[in-house]
Amino acid sequence: MSIEVLLVEDSPGDVRLTREAFREANSRVRLHVAYDGFEAMAFLRHEGVHVDAPRPDFILLDLNLPKMDGREVLAHIKKDESLKTIPTIILSISQSEKDIVKSYQAHANCYLSKPVQLDEFESVVRSINDFWLTKAKLTQRRLDG
Amino acid sequence: MSIEVLLVEDSPGDVRLTTEAFRDANKIIHLHVASDGIEAMAFLRNEGVYVDAPRPHFILLDLNLPKMDGREVLAQIKNDGNLKTIPTIILTTSTAQEDIVQSYQLQANCYLSKPVQLDEFEAVVKSINDFWLTRAKLPQPR
Repeated sequence: MSIEVLLVEDSPGDVRLTREAFREANSRVRLHVAYDGFEAMAFLRHEGVHVDAPRPDFILLDLNLPKMDGREVLAHIKKDESLKTIPTIILSISQSEKDIVKSYQAHANCYLSKPVQLDEFESVVRSINDFWLTKAKLTQRRLDG
Repeated sequence: MSIEVLLVEDSPGDVRLTTEAFRDANKIIHLHVASDGIEAMAFLRNEGVYVDAPRPHFILLDLNLPKMDGREVLAQIKNDGNLKTIPTIILTTSTAQEDIVQSYQLQANCYLSKPVQLDEFEAVVKSINDFWLTRAKLPQPR
């Protein structure tokens, strides 16, 4: 069975790195990408072109996004009864204590700092896969959902 | 600097396994144990004998506890403006989808199933250490 992952990321370079790293780490992962906060919410709410989008098992969310930033996306997700059970991990270049604390206050499941170096980036994606997509228990997608 | 971990677990055998597995995985961990939900909340609120207890960086929480069960402890932590930022991971024998869903609804940071076999138990503790206490960014305790 596939694992549906929504990556919310505006940098095409980082999208490519993440896609390749997941491809190597876990062939079951199907990576969906939203490039800004509006697109992310449309995907999650099955709106417009995303009417048939699968419900993600897991969300990777950058904080700095155009149109609607990641902090607002996180707030929408965690206040939505239907969406809040999807583990949502912040993956951001920011290491500021303020961003970390605010993310956990808004019920981000976890916060990871996005590395700059390629090999470290791959290593972070691998560790996300090893822990979250292999060991942790996630809520099952309903077959009708 | 040490990492303060609160383990909320009523089984002495599991407490011992967890203590030893963390000791092997990471020397800077200080593991504190609460054996029931009431004790856990007293620790977190610095009440009674816990007046000087450190704020944990991280909480490992079993669901099935005497006096106040883990679901209620989780709800109290995640509804408390001061405590809710502490990453709280459910580590329990139940793999029931109902328990998994309810835990995430109550804003557990993560849910792990507690293995029965010793080597798998150690592997889970090691993976918690490797991911949460080494890679993830945790809010600094004030």
